[in-house]
Amino acid sequence: MSHRLPQGGRLVNRDAPVGFTFDSKRMQGLEGDTLASALLANGQGIVNRSYKYHRPRGILASGPEEPNALVGLGQGKRFEPDQRATTTELFDGLSAMSQNAWPSLGFDAMAVNQWFASMMPAGFYYKTFIWPRSFWMHIYEPVIREAAASGLPPKEEDCDTYEHFHAFVDLLIVGGGIAGLQAALTAGKSGATVMLVEQAAHWGGRAPVDGAEIEGQPAEVWINETLQTLGTMKNVRLRTRCMGAGVYDHGYALAYERLTDHAPEAEGPRHRLWKIRARQIVTATGAIERPLSFAGNDLPGVMLASAVRDYVVNFGVAPGHRTVIVTNNDDAYRTALTLIDAGLEVPVVIDVRDRVNSPLAREVSRRGVAVETGAAVMKVKGKKGVEGVMLCRANGTGGAGAPVECDSVAMSGGWSPVVHLWSHCGGKLTWSDENAHFHPDPNRAPTGAEGEVFVRTAGIASGAMGTGSVLQDASAAGAAAARAAGFTAKSAAARAADAEEAPMKPVWVMPEQALPELRSKMFLDFQNDVKVSDVQLAAQEGYESVELTKRYTTLGMANDQGKLSNINGLAILAGSLGAEIPQVGTTTFRPPYQPISFGSIAGEARGEIFQPLRRTPMHEWHEANGAYWEPVGHWRRPYCYQQPGETIEQAVQREVRTTRASLGLLDASTLGKLVVKGPDAGRFLDMLYTNKMSTLKPGRCRYGLMCNENGFLSDDGVVARIDEDTFLCHTTSGGADRIHGWMEDWLQCEWWDWKVYVANVTEQCGQIAVVGPNARKVLERLGGMDVSRQALPFMGWADGELAGTPVRIYRISFSGELSYEIAVPAGRARALWDKLFAAGVEFGATAYGTEALHIMRAEKGFIMIGDETDGTVIPQDLGLDWAISKKKDDYLGKRAQQRSFMTSPDRWKLVGLETLDGSVLPDGAYALGEGDNANGQRNTIGRVTSSYHSPTLGRGIAMGLVKHGPDRMGEVIRFGKTDGGTIEAKIVSPVFYDPDGEKQDV
Amino acid sequence: MLILQCPYCGIQCDETELAPGGQAHLKRHGPGSSDEDFEAYLFDRDNPMGVHFERWRHANGCGKWFLAARCTTTLEVFGTYSAQTTEPPAEIADRIRARRPNWEGRT
Repeated sequence: MSHRLPQGGRLVNRDAPVGFTFDSKRMQGLEGDTLASALLANGQGIVNRSYKYHRPRGILASGPEEPNALVGLGQGKRFEPDQRATTTELFDGLSAMSQNAWPSLGFDAMAVNQWFASMMPAGFYYKTFIWPRSFWMHIYEPVIREAAASGLPPKEEDCDTYEHFHAFVDLLIVGGGIAGLQAALTAGKSGATVMLVEQAAHWGGRAPVDGAEIEGQPAEVWINETLQTLGTMKNVRLRTRCMGAGVYDHGYALAYERLTDHAPEAEGPRHRLWKIRARQIVTATGAIERPLSFAGNDLPGVMLASAVRDYVVNFGVAPGHRTVIVTNNDDAYRTALTLIDAGLEVPVVIDVRDRVNSPLAREVSRRGVAVETGAAVMKVKGKKGVEGVMLCRANGTGGAGAPVECDSVAMSGGWSPVVHLWSHCGGKLTWSDENAHFHPDPNRAPTGAEGEVFVRTAGIASGAMGTGSVLQDASAAGAAAARAAGFTAKSAAARAADAEEAPMKPVWVMPEQALPELRSKMFLDFQNDVKVSDVQLAAQEGYESVELTKRYTTLGMANDQGKLSNINGLAILAGSLGAEIPQVGTTTFRPPYQPISFGSIAGEARGEIFQPLRRTPMHEWHEANGAYWEPVGHWRRPYCYQQPGETIEQAVQREVRTTRASLGLLDASTLGKLVVKGPDAGRFLDMLYTNKMSTLKPGRCRYGLMCNENGFLSDDGVVARIDEDTFLCHTTSGGADRIHGWMEDWLQCEWWDWKVYVANVTEQCGQIAVVGPNARKVLERLGGMDVSRQALPFMGWADGELAGTPVRIYRISFSGELSYEIAVPAGRARALWDKLFAAGVEFGATAYGTEALHIMRAEKGFIMIGDETDGTVIPQDLGLDWAISKKKDDYLGKRAQQRSFMTSPDRWKLVGLETLDGSVLPDGAYALGEGDNANGQRNTIGRVTSSYHSPTLGRGIAMGLVKHGPDRMGEVIRFGKTDGGTIEAKIVSPVFYDPDGEKQDV
Repeated sequence: MLILQCPYCGIQCDETELAPGGQAHLKRHGPGSSDEDFEAYLFDRDNPMGVHFERWRHANGCGKWFLAARCTTTLEVFGTYSAQTTEPPAEIADRIRARRPNWEGRT
């Protein structure tokens, strides 16, 4: 039986068939179809299996509120899970796969879950899978994940491109129904710049489907005229397929534009994320129809009444041929009329209201349809689709019920304004008893930087329900927003009447006195399988706050964010608590309104331009010479340089041995370099460093430590005094910007009367460390300045020339070897590097990377920020008392280091560690103490902070922090391994190599 | 995303141009201070629903630190001003009082 009607369908082109596949089955739709309308036209009743119970589910809605019809769309590089069939435009070649069904939609093995539904109530996971603890990760979680899977993640890299646009407008209007169009028209006439965005591909929203009349003509005529007028206004920008995703502070908004989802082969980016600053925002976001809670309301074939109307009018598709309508309001009668007009059967309209006498109801009766008032659906009959309903009295328990045969059910529980965008940035809601919904409270609107209202609502989003009221409200909102943005605007709404409708009657459970058997088949949240009985159980178990009930039952937590389930769920909760709905309140609305693609969030920032790479002057040389890269801040540094046939480990060991034996070169350009200058520079550095820097003589260098006000070590480096007023402070690689900011903070905000400037010259200088016993010889080969011990002693520096290149040479060593660190203008660094290498050939010079650097510093017992420190370590823990001035009254961190916990003798302190068997200790391993702590965990007395194989010593060496460590030299302690075993190590001095420092000072 | 005007370069900064620096007008306590004063300096922070004073740095701009007075609940900004002051300037305090008559001042 075909579901495509012989005529009708205002959005489809009957002359343009479109081929697509669903679960690999070939199907045909029409141009203009959504995937949902095309599936319905093909009679595809079941489109998914439910999340928890694997119940068969069909299409419930026609828009973004759809909870069931989520599919995996596309293939390979274009595969995307969890896409809504209702908002997916059909195109030729579209491929969709159902989700969450195994082995097939028709027969799902997991559907046995529903037989055990009574054993899976609210909080089931929390209650059942807690014990034993170890079962969670290995048994419970994998099984639950398998059973409760939604879409699978894509496996291939996305081949599409995405972009960000920035826009600055006076007014952003969200929603292109008649309210949005009217607001844009009124505001546009004032001269304000207006951006009007509509999530669907078509303008006009529901009005044409609902048969609204404006200015005495069908709404479509007014919509087209208005669009034409707006199109001529240079100050108005119109975007379809563009959803208002979120409203944020101070008029910031995100809009998500789907440019080529409907035409994947088209040129250009797929999605565009608009970052908009608007002086005023108008949300004309309409309303969403609510389901009714009756047993079996989730069977395929049960649909929102408005959606049924949409499919018939917009797409010429009949969801069913014999449709029972169940409602608590007049609007669903429009669906009855639409169906009858299309030649379809409506056996009965079931209305919970005791008496209905309105023009719509009278018209339906006049067409010969039975209207049962004071009635309800007791349950829906059928297994994989609707086969009929049981009719009963609305106010009882249901009794036996009278059968009515049908193949679909159209339900309407009333309408809830879409208040999400209003609420995102603080707009508050108020309850309407008349319409049983929350609508925005204009007296508690989101406010901007001046305290002004910056979000207004228009039309049904305000709670205005009739066509005339909608246009009046929207025009007033457009005018008010334009005025607030500084324009002169007058409200002038198109004329239309409000249809005469009888009041709706809130009904939250059907029938009112339904027994548990029925209540446990009434679904509130279709996507997460939450039922009326679950929310009632949660209330009974003490979950009185709506936010807690939400988390306990997962009501509204699926990716439809409870668009259909929120009001119904909290009404049930209120009923169970004996409270009023407004007192229970809503959960928080958070952006985005609908899921948006990760691609659109990333925009152009992917691959190489995700984060700009910082390159040293020698970067290309490294690349050409086998560099194995390591990220360091935004830099890439060579970890080591691999020669042909070498493993990474072999390369590192070779670099260390060559440097210690003869000569190694290190690109140290990433080292932070800050010039601190001014009459108060010495005084300032005395406050920043734990050492006394003001006593440093020009021409000399000093190693310094910086702490934060908590006393913890934050950075270290060598400070050189250039002249009386000028210091050059080296920071850790990647630490320059942070420390520069830190210095500026104190200079600008605390000691603003001190005369000091700080400049970050990190990128102005290349820096090359020339290291090893032959370091002096290679510099002498280049020639140009005296680098002898007398002219340039250890911890001194001098300006001069090397091979014609201006340089500043620091005699500092991070390796323990004779070492010169040569600063050179960045533009000439590569040339000098090449010359050093050429001259170094006779000494067998090697370039060495960060790992060799680490090993050599560890052999010397030098600490590394980030290894020996982790934000909880003070210099005293590391035996660096020699670098802490006793003479200074104050430095940053000093007061904190006097706190009792900091001076405790029980703090873990730095020691060297040698395994008894010469192996390498696992980095980060904990030293085991005696006994267990209060949580039953083994007590620990220390941890490994650095651990390497030392090629110099031919054995594992490590540094670590150990309780009373320095007093326990020679003791053997045990460290835990990840495999549960232990390893023994002896406490030794952290200086493994040249303890007297003879090699660096020659 | 907030907009705050940098009082130094006059630019209306998007929040992404700025780096937050926590509560403004803290008094530094160093060596010689009591445990209570020092603890308060390190750890005690206001968390008001309402008027609040904050430090911001125009990090992706002129690099200057400045201070802002704003309402944490309504996002209203009462003004931005130089970091080189220990108290909010009189015109900022006046504006706050005009907008929030019940404001009791900094405590």
